[in-house]
Amino acid sequence: MSATDAIVVGGGLVGVAIAHGLQRQGLAVALLDEGDVAHRASRGNFGLVWVQSKGIGAPHYQRWTRDSAAEWPALAATLREATGIDPALHQPGGVTLCLSEAELAERAESLARLRRESGNAGYEYRLLDPAALREMLPGLGPRVVGGSYTPYDGHASPLHLLRALHTAFRDAGGAYHPNTTVATLRPAPHDFAVEAAGTTLRAPRLVLAAGLGNAALAPLVGLSAPLRPERGQIIVTERAAPVLPMPLVNIRQTGEGSLLIGNSAEEAGFDTLTQSPPVLRDMARRAVLCFPWIAGLNVVRAWSALRVMSPDGRPIYDQSERFPGAFLATCHSGVTLAAAHARLLAPMIAAGALTTAMSPFGAGRFDVQNAA
Amino acid sequence: MVEVLVGDRPVLVPAGASAAAAVLLSDLPAIRTTPVSGAPRLPYCMMGVCFDCLAEIDGVPNRQACMVTVAPGMRIAPQRGVRAA
Repeated sequence: MSATDAIVVGGGLVGVAIAHGLQRQGLAVALLDEGDVAHRASRGNFGLVWVQSKGIGAPHYQRWTRDSAAEWPALAATLREATGIDPALHQPGGVTLCLSEAELAERAESLARLRRESGNAGYEYRLLDPAALREMLPGLGPRVVGGSYTPYDGHASPLHLLRALHTAFRDAGGAYHPNTTVATLRPAPHDFAVEAAGTTLRAPRLVLAAGLGNAALAPLVGLSAPLRPERGQIIVTERAAPVLPMPLVNIRQTGEGSLLIGNSAEEAGFDTLTQSPPVLRDMARRAVLCFPWIAGLNVVRAWSALRVMSPDGRPIYDQSERFPGAFLATCHSGVTLAAAHARLLAPMIAAGALTTAMSPFGAGRFDVQNAA
Repeated sequence: MVEVLVGDRPVLVPAGASAAAAVLLSDLPAIRTTPVSGAPRLPYCMMGVCFDCLAEIDGVPNRQACMVTVAPGMRIAPQRGVRAA
């Protein structure tokens, strides 16, 4: 029997990116994937590699997102080379369109603040008037009053990414355990025993990357993950000839030609089976106000998925003090942060500890008592 | 009978027939080429399932010609590859 150096619980984008990254550090990794009874956030992503709206008031998160966008080309190249599967990464920059002066003023303030908080890294962006936007984007609607552009943004195919990561993991000898729900977890410092699907796995490192499932798993190793589901919906149109040269925060054209319309957020518990027509209507209306020609495209399907949200919307990365060797990773940006997880976070876990730069991501930030 | 235009050919079809029937009566060698391989296509299943009969009808691309009833003067135009947005 071969020894396992790390058990990763969660076969979505976060788990498999970390598992792939641990392998690259020379670790033997077991990856536990619950199956389609799980909420499967990684099957419903929009597919942005998005920087320009993240980390306001949280410079560490801005930096982490920027670092991931910068690491993405290397991740994509590694996966293409190892598996022949192209995650279809394009990083031409991205645009947010504003449909009112109020939206534009808020956008300007957010970006100015992100620049102030960027420290020595700097933060490049441009606020654009409709004339400038018209030169970048075809068929802009008359209701667009302006927008913002940053060069850091891009998009990728989330499903190709997921398949490429899984293929790379298995081809490199990773032990993938599908349809495997954790039944019991017996933690000890640097010694974790997981009983799942009738077998027991044992390793000195444990990584909880089970999305919303982390909320129940975290306390078993002395951690906490106060998470809630936030529903997002996506509308997909028929394929069309390439028309959008770059992604927008709410609209992108895939490599295959489909237009994806998204960026909704609802509090709807764990319900992904019902779709809410008012939300779909507002998404479609906004898309058509941005680009009136979208109204001529047939819609082929729509779906809902659940974002994994912490109380402040930022990722949680943590390590257990009671049970050294146990780590937790969770976020709602499994695509954007995939490169950071594989190439920056995994080496820390392999080395045995998160760096102090990661401490603002710990769940301890939610325990602060309110001052009387 | 109803006269429609398939490509640039006037075609007479029975009232109530589908645009796909008009395409077949027109003797056009293909109504579309596929976006992926460029292979030529003509109407096939005639019941809304196979999507081989996609055509630009009265200026709207990607309509299933077999699911559209002809009207006098209807313009049924071939499509080449993927539609424009």
